[in-house]
Amino acid sequence: MAKFNKKKDGDLPAVSTASLPDIVFMLLFFFMTVTTMKDSSIMVENTLPNASETKKLEKKDRVLYIYVGKPTREYQKVFGSEPKIQLNDKFANVSEVGDYILQERAKKPQELQNVLTTALKVDKQANMGLISDIKQELRKVNALKVNYTTYEGDPFMNLQ
Amino acid sequence: MARRRQTPTVQSGSVADIAFLLLIFFLVTTIIETEEGLDRLLPRKEAQTPEVPINDRNILEISINNQNELLVDEVRIGLEDLRLTTIAFLDNGGVSKGENGHCSYCQGLRSPESSDNPQEAVISLNTGRESSYGVYIAVQNELVAAYNALRDREALKTFGESYTAMSSEYRNPQTPQERREFLRARIDQIQDLFPMKLIEANTK
Repeated sequence: MAKFNKKKDGDLPAVSTASLPDIVFMLLFFFMTVTTMKDSSIMVENTLPNASETKKLEKKDRVLYIYVGKPTREYQKVFGSEPKIQLNDKFANVSEVGDYILQERAKKPQELQNVLTTALKVDKQANMGLISDIKQELRKVNALKVNYTTYEGDPFMNLQ
Repeated sequence: MARRRQTPTVQSGSVADIAFLLLIFFLVTTIIETEEGLDRLLPRKEAQTPEVPINDRNILEISINNQNELLVDEVRIGLEDLRLTTIAFLDNGGVSKGENGHCSYCQGLRSPESSDNPQEAVISLNTGRESSYGVYIAVQNELVAAYNALRDREALKTFGESYTAMSSEYRNPQTPQERREFLRARIDQIQDLFPMKLIEANTK
């Protein structure tokens, strides 16, 4: 028996897990730096189109977001499958866009109110009718700076 | 005395679990956002500018119909040709030498059928209500690309630095103030050579 017991000593030593925390911390810091906090959950399908001549939106505090797209599956029963506008956390009509912009603008500090940009995050399947209605609304409230948010990529991919 | 030296080591086995917990929390609550896109300035609502008659040859009429087809001056073309068509139109410089409005830096065909000079050239973009946003962005992207190509050419010729590089440096918040003012002047100068005049006519 003693012979058998002795053999056990030749077993592989356990892998040291002492550096596991370091690896996990590294991952943690990576994600902390490259991501941003969600401020509203997106309730519409939002596959942005691709463009190559993009410009970066530099200052986040000067941006208002408008999401457009088909409601995701869980909302389709209630809201149908036509493209909808999402403002903050709820669906809205075109006529509410102007009020939303004015409201959000009033929340911003005085010196930023004139330099706000509206970022349109629109699904590439949405139709232009809705977009031009939104643009008319934006013009009514004098929110003229618009950014069509896109992914960096080949614009020809949008045609499919 | 001898006993006190033996301080027990803190168990560090669960540090990994704690870090995992934090990691998962951040994975769930955050998103990687795209913060880039095409910038556009919408026209003012009130500005009821009197209808200035624009010569037909100075307008490049682009339309996207409800079947997502691209028409330039009533002729159907592919998206891959749009950039070159636009460049040819903008860079035409139809006014001959010595006359008012002659474009000295244009390198186009100087056809009398096309635009007089880049200052006069206007692009009108018509979109059908049923056309898709993806195609619209692709067209916008090609138009921006055409302008950027021409502006880059002029900027390289005048300043030895490309327009796109200058404008991205200008927009970078880390650029110091004096440098930005310096760049602003150059950017304005280039933009005056090829001003972007885009009319987005209402959809039908």
